[in-house]
Formats: sequence, structure tokens, C-alpha cells
Amino acid sequence: MAQSTPLKRVHGALAEFSNVQDLYRAAEKVRDAGFKHWDVHSPFPIHGMDDAMGLPKSILSLFVLIGGATGTTTAFLLQYITQVVIYPTVVQSKPANIFTIPAFFPVMFELTILFSAFTCLFGGLALMKLPRLNHPLFNSQNFLKFSDDGFFLCIEARDPSFSIEKTQAFLKELGGKNLEIVEDEI
Amino acid sequence: MASATDTHDHSHAPAGGGNSVAQVLTREPLVLNNRSMHWITEKVSGIVEKPQPKLWWYLIVPCFLLTIVLVSCFTYLIATGIGVWGTNHPVAWCWDITNFVFWIGIGHAGTLISAILFLTRQKWRTGVNRAAEAMTLFAVVCAGIFPALHVGRVWMVYFLAPIPNSNAIWQNFKSPLLWDVFAVSTYFTVSVIFWYLGLVPDLATMRDRAKSSIKKLAYGIFALGWRGGNRQWRHYEMAYLLLAALSTPLVLSVHTVVSFDFATSVVPGWHTTIFPPYFVAGAIFGGFAMVLTLMIPCRSIYGLHDLLTAKHIDNMTKIIALTGSIVGFAYLMELFVAWYSGSNYEFDAFKIRIMYGPYTWTYYAMFFCNVIAPQAFWFKYCREKLWIVMTVCMFVNAGMWYERFVIIVTTLARDFLPGQWDDYHPTWVEIWSFIGTIGLFTMLFLLFLRFLPVIAMSEVKGVLPEADPHYDPTRSKRKTVVRPYLKEVDNPSSDTQPTLAPDGIPGGA
Repeated sequence: MAQSTPLKRVHGALAEFSNVQDLYRAAEKVRDAGFKHWDVHSPFPIHGMDDAMGLPKSILSLFVLIGGATGTTTAFLLQYITQVVIYPTVVQSKPANIFTIPAFFPVMFELTILFSAFTCLFGGLALMKLPRLNHPLFNSQNFLKFSDDGFFLCIEARDPSFSIEKTQAFLKELGGKNLEIVEDEI
Repeated sequence: MASATDTHDHSHAPAGGGNSVAQVLTREPLVLNNRSMHWITEKVSGIVEKPQPKLWWYLIVPCFLLTIVLVSCFTYLIATGIGVWGTNHPVAWCWDITNFVFWIGIGHAGTLISAILFLTRQKWRTGVNRAAEAMTLFAVVCAGIFPALHVGRVWMVYFLAPIPNSNAIWQNFKSPLLWDVFAVSTYFTVSVIFWYLGLVPDLATMRDRAKSSIKKLAYGIFALGWRGGNRQWRHYEMAYLLLAALSTPLVLSVHTVVSFDFATSVVPGWHTTIFPPYFVAGAIFGGFAMVLTLMIPCRSIYGLHDLLTAKHIDNMTKIIALTGSIVGFAYLMELFVAWYSGSNYEFDAFKIRIMYGPYTWTYYAMFFCNVIAPQAFWFKYCREKLWIVMTVCMFVNAGMWYERFVIIVTTLARDFLPGQWDDYHPTWVEIWSFIGTIGLFTMLFLLFLRFLPVIAMSEVKGVLPEADPHYDPTRSKRKTVVRPYLKEVDNPSSDTQPTLAPDGIPGGA
């Protein structure tokens, strides 16, 4: 049977670091070297790594604010339209007009939280570019340690300053071990 | 305490500071015996990967049978009608609503641990938050069953949702019962999201360790292709923070709305403004007792002594002592207000409750279990002896159930007109339904232990001293302050452990 030869392209240069401190210092240097497409991989979020990588604050909070406001509005309209416009009933001696709004607060609050939480989940996933079940990094057996106790730094080939030899030498200079060129099948 | 010592030990000391660093207080480490990150992964994943102990099977079989009993009871109820319960007039709310409030209250400690303690930067939460959040979900599952069946015609339960129907009627949004529908369903959904988001990095760990392709696929799908990149972590952390900030008012609102079911009525004994804070404190109180009830056996069975330390138990027992006292204060304040209000009906409702009603013994059972028993936790000795902790937690679990029974049944059984008075006795269907939910709850928790990491590995690793980017191993004095009794009682192996455990050797059981 004829075997097809898979086409491969370089995804990036991967280096392992022995601890958080080394990774943190390496990240600062990679940032200062002006790389754009790179990332560090660790089993837990590292405090201060956003600064070390020169990343701004996540924009997710803005999304959630909008999501929450949508929830409040939805709940208000749902209650106002059904209780005042379509089906006005006078119960508990509460009026069937806008002045009954205090009774709407609990549901407005709950839907604010619900919509915010959904925005948080789906907005967060979108920003993290997940779910993405396959990724070139998973081709590296060594990389799988990232979820246990491995600390990795990967500079991607799409970065304009990337060159296989120079970048690998740079990572080695920073103290990276188990240097690897990660390939992507296309 | 000084925030500079908030992480472990002295890792925040300025470089070159020499000996000038003030030794404020040595914090107890959150992970004992200087365990490495790999050890944590091995230990926690090992619970899922290795065969379960025999005890697991001895527990899950009866729990499964009890779940079948629960399903059978509900089938019988649906097939026959709500009359198979002991509900009558005037006691239209009885064990069903008691159980509902009981279970929903238990859930609250999970959210408290995961959200409020996260916002207040209580790092010890990392050891217990996963299990507590799972407990929340399972408790809310058990809680949700009861009101759904309580409506009588369960096939009409969709009338609770604001969807257009052929009668062109709409729900009454001014009713606390409808607020409750929104509160509880939001609470369940947000709890699932929070729990799942926290699980993603650990599911990635399970995926990367999985040997068989089926496991790899199953964990892999749910891990969503997590790669632990900082470009992901920064959004992840923001999402987690926002969810914590959203869950905190949510958890307070849920039990507040549950208490509105009672407080906005005009029934003497229910119509009080103290109910919302009193219910919330009671929920946290009962929930923490349930966390300890589940986690102390887990810790012994799976040998998690280094991750769930005496400090965790100590902190939780202190919270129980505090919230138990708030609950006790609320009980006394209720009595005081009943007398001080000058309302004969209100005062009589309480006299019936505590002096000459048909259920006075439940009031005293409640008072003993919820107010007297937790006072033991003011004493260090009682917080350290695990059998005392377990006993008190059992009292609290029972006491919180009694509290809801006292509030609901004693009040309804004696309302305004003596001609309407009637006693209430549970039927076997109600009793077995309640026991069945205990079985369901325990079964779900056991399955959780079997398939998912019971401790949030990524979070525990994140609070280790070496997780700090400015940690300097040469400067650190990492004194391990192990409580003296811990060696004898909990962790006989700790004496023999080397300072730095060799990787890959899970200690304990």
C-alpha cells in the first residue's frame, strides 16, 4: 500500500526550564528580545508572568460587563412585558405598572449573574482559543509534562524574528533544556 | 497578618536584605513534608487511576440501591398522587420543602469555599475547593428533585418557566416562589460552570497521564485541548476571578430568596426580617459540616494528609463555631422579637414551637445540635481530635435538617384558626425519599472520587513556595511546622519521610 508522506512545517522552538524562576527570567529576556508569537506553558498560572511576557490585562471583564447588562435588561423586559403589558394581574396589592419594579429585582439580579457567567465561560474560551483538541505542541512527548511539573517556553515559527538556529541558540543561552523543534503536519 | 508573608515563608524577602528580614510569624505550610509538584500529581491522579479500595465498593452498592429506592418512591408518587405523602391541610409544606432547603443549604459551603475564600485570598481553600464544589452540585441535584415533585403534577413542571403556553397566562413574577426557580437554576448553572472551569487544567493532567486511548479521548474532550500557556492562563485567571466575584453575591442571594419563600408570607413564625441573614449563616454552617463529613474520611482512606492538613480542618471547624454562634444568636433573637413585637400570634407561634406544641422535641434537638454542639470547637483539643470533629459535624448535619423541619412544620401545624390545626406525620414514602437522596448524594460523590481528581492539583501546585517566581531556594528556611499530634494521629509515615520526598513515590495509604 502506498504510503503518503506527510507534509510538515515547523511550528516553533520548544525549550524546557527546570523551575518557575528560570522560566520567569527567560520570559523577561524573550520579551525584551522583541518576540511577538511565543508563550510559556506551566502547570499553574505563574504570578506576575503577564508582566514578564509584556501582556496587557485580559479584556474578558469588559465582555462580562456587557453580558451582565444584557442579563439585567432581558430580565427587566421579560418581567415588565409579561406582568405589565401582556398579562397584568394585581396580586399582593402590588400595582401592575412600572412601580412594581422592586418585585422584579431578584430575577433581574439572577439573570445578570447567569448571563455574566455564560459570557465568562464562552468569552473566556474564545479568548483562550479553546476548545482546540489538536495542537502541534502535543506532538512533543516531552511537552506532556506541562500538566505535571514541566515548564516550557515555545517561540513560534510565525514570529518575524524566528530562525531555527538562532532561536534555538537563544533559548539555550537562556538556560533552556531539551530543546526541540516542534513540527506541524499539514 | 502581614501581607508580605502571605505566600509561604520568607520568599518575598528583598534580595540582599541579609538578616534584616523580620520574622513575623511562620505560617503553617499548606502542603506538608515539602512535597514536590510531581508528588501531588501522582498522589491525586493515583486516586483515579488505581483501583478503588474495597470500602468504595461497600459504599457505592448500598448507595446505588438507595438511589433505586428513591426512583421507586417517586415513581409511586407520580403514579398515585401526592396523597402518598403525609401532607395535609394546613401542613402543605413538610418533608419535601424541609429536604429542599436542607440540601440547597449544604451546597452553599462549596460556593463559599470556592468563591468567597478565593476573593479573600485564603490559600488554604485550594485543598478542599474541588470536593466542596462537587458537593455543591450534588446537593443541588438532590434539592431540585423535591420542589419539582412537590408541585404535584410533575409533568406540568414546565409551567414554572416563563414560556408562552396555550392558556396565555404568565407566571407571577412578584412571587418569591418564582424568584426561587430563577435563583436555584442560576445557582446550579453557575456552580457547574465554576466547577468545570476549575477542572479544565486538571483534566488536561489526567489526559496527559492516561494510558488507554478511551481515557485519553474522554479526558481529552473535556480538557478542551488545554495547553497551559500563559496566553491562556491570563484569560483563565480573569474568568475564574470574575466567576468568583459573581458567585459570591449569588450564593448569598440564593438562600436569601429561599428565605423569602417564608419571610414574605404572613404566617406567624415565618414573617421575620431576620430570615435572610439567618438562613445564609445556617447554610454555610451546615455546608461546612458536610464538607468535613466527606473530606475527613476521604483524607484517611486515600492518604491525603499532606494536602488536607490539620490546618484545613482547624480553619473549617473555626468557621463552624462562628456560623453556629450566628445561628444560635438568630434563634434567640427570633424568640426575643416574638415577645418584643407584642404580636400575640407571633409570640404564640414560638410558644407552641418551644413549650407546648406537638413538635417541641425537634426544637430542642435543633438547638442542641446547632448551637450547643459546635461550641466544642472553641477548644483546640476538640478541633484536633478528628472523632470529635466528626461527631460534631454529624450533629450539625442532623441539626440543620431539624431547623428546617421546625421552621416549616411546627409553624404550619398551628396556624391562626384552632379549627384548622392538624398534626403531620411522614409516611414511608417521604422517609425513604429522603434516605434515597442521601444515597444519591453519596453515590454521586463516590463516582466523582472515581473519575475526577478530588483535589485541585493545579491550584495546590500554585500555592507551593517554589511556585513563586521570586522564590530563592538558597535563602528559604522552609521550616515545616507540623503540629505535634499530627505525627501520631494522622500521618504515621511523616517521621520517615525525607525532607524532599523522592519523586513518584506516593506516601500514605
